[in-house]
Amino acid sequence: MTNKTVLHAKHLASNAKMVDFYGWDMPINYGSQIEEHNAVRQKSGMFDVSHMTIVDVQGPDAKAFLRRLVINDVAKLTVAGKALYTGMLNEAGGVIDDLIIYFFSDTNYRLVVNSATREKDLAWMTKQLAGFDATITERPEFGIIAVQGPEAKAKVANLLTPEQIAAVEGMKPFFGVQVGDLFIATTGYTGEEGYEIIVPEAEAENFWQKLLDLDVTPCGLGARDTLRLEAGMNLYGLDMDETVSPLAANMAWTISWEPEDRDFIGRDVLTAQKAAGDQPKLVGLVLEEKGILRSHQVVVTEFGNGEITSGTFSPTLGHSVALARVPRSVKVGDVIEVEMRKKNVKVTVTKPSFVRNGKKVF
Amino acid sequence: MSNIPSELKYASSHEWVRNEGNGIVTVGITEHAQDLLGDMVFVELPDVGDEVSTGDDVAVAESVKAASDIYAPVTGEIVEVNEDLEDSPELVNSDAFGDGWLFKIKLDDEAELADLLDADGYANSIDED
Repeated sequence: MTNKTVLHAKHLASNAKMVDFYGWDMPINYGSQIEEHNAVRQKSGMFDVSHMTIVDVQGPDAKAFLRRLVINDVAKLTVAGKALYTGMLNEAGGVIDDLIIYFFSDTNYRLVVNSATREKDLAWMTKQLAGFDATITERPEFGIIAVQGPEAKAKVANLLTPEQIAAVEGMKPFFGVQVGDLFIATTGYTGEEGYEIIVPEAEAENFWQKLLDLDVTPCGLGARDTLRLEAGMNLYGLDMDETVSPLAANMAWTISWEPEDRDFIGRDVLTAQKAAGDQPKLVGLVLEEKGILRSHQVVVTEFGNGEITSGTFSPTLGHSVALARVPRSVKVGDVIEVEMRKKNVKVTVTKPSFVRNGKKVF
Repeated sequence: MSNIPSELKYASSHEWVRNEGNGIVTVGITEHAQDLLGDMVFVELPDVGDEVSTGDDVAVAESVKAASDIYAPVTGEIVEVNEDLEDSPELVNSDAFGDGWLFKIKLDDEAELADLLDADGYANSIDED
């Protein structure tokens, strides 16, 4: 049984090319992935991300539960609406999923996790909940629409009530607010400004259509992938999974080591890995000549081999970029080699971030 | 269902062949093939003067999604390549049977054209995919 989002009929009406995405029939593009990518970098585009899983965590122990569950510390969240990106680890220190947590109060949080990992995430959370006085509640009755790009916020403003406009006015990145029927967050997966908006199912089609009427470009999973890769954002299942430490996935910044007595799952393993200093690291690779870096290609360095975790053609830069896991001794600026079809090519190591707000950043 | 012009010949590996007369054929990839590959970003073409045999991988169409080999549908010599694709690989997407052509081959043996699929034969072959 294939799942369909509440916007499925809208995709078909826009001539989307549909693909199976972990059990969901989703648009890969509406004609040209590159044109959709460029729309987000230059104007505005929108994505149906209703397949993602919303989980509310509530109750007297909600805070204590999340301080145990994830590697970042939700105790850092003190302003209502503030969001946190982090990872959820297994006992061996591998990444079960990456997620965003919105803080409403010490007894009320909203998590957004990946759809591909939905079942194992819910099973893991339920298992870890034992002993905590809190509830976890999936919220499938919403659509989620991401509107991204330099013109995105202005386009969305046309659809908001005066009260909603006032609430999002000047809202900093990585905040979310519920006003009326909409939950509006300044988050995204593209490296551009914009919103991710949680809409009641009954209103989702209408919301989408109004954005279409305002010339916001509908974008598929193809453009979503090239945009997030240019922005240097990880994709679960490619850049990290249950066998990969967050230290090896450019997620060290999402770990809160302080306070030392916070016993989050995987802490002992991460502490030992950090002390040993032997975890590989995730870097960016840039290929200026012809060709496209792709997942699983072998990276050759003087310190040993690594692997490309995701690679693509960057429409913004006009050449290929990739994320790769390489030995820790490899440095930004090094020139190393990638085994491509029938030949080795030279690539330059960069920080794992290529484009932000329409501009090259390496 | 994508467009499959009846005046062309086809290989099951999704190349089309147009007989230009004088023993020369133009080769490209079909609309169906470009649709499977998605937005084209590089096309690596053979060199003029290369001798190619039927089934040789002679070019690479690299799209956002994947790199795909293109095979010589007939045996002969490469006499021209589409240099416009260097700057505009998207022509393969927008006009697969026209401006998106890849290369021209001077046939060693014109009789080889009879071994290729006609439009119906190609349509059947992609139905089986």
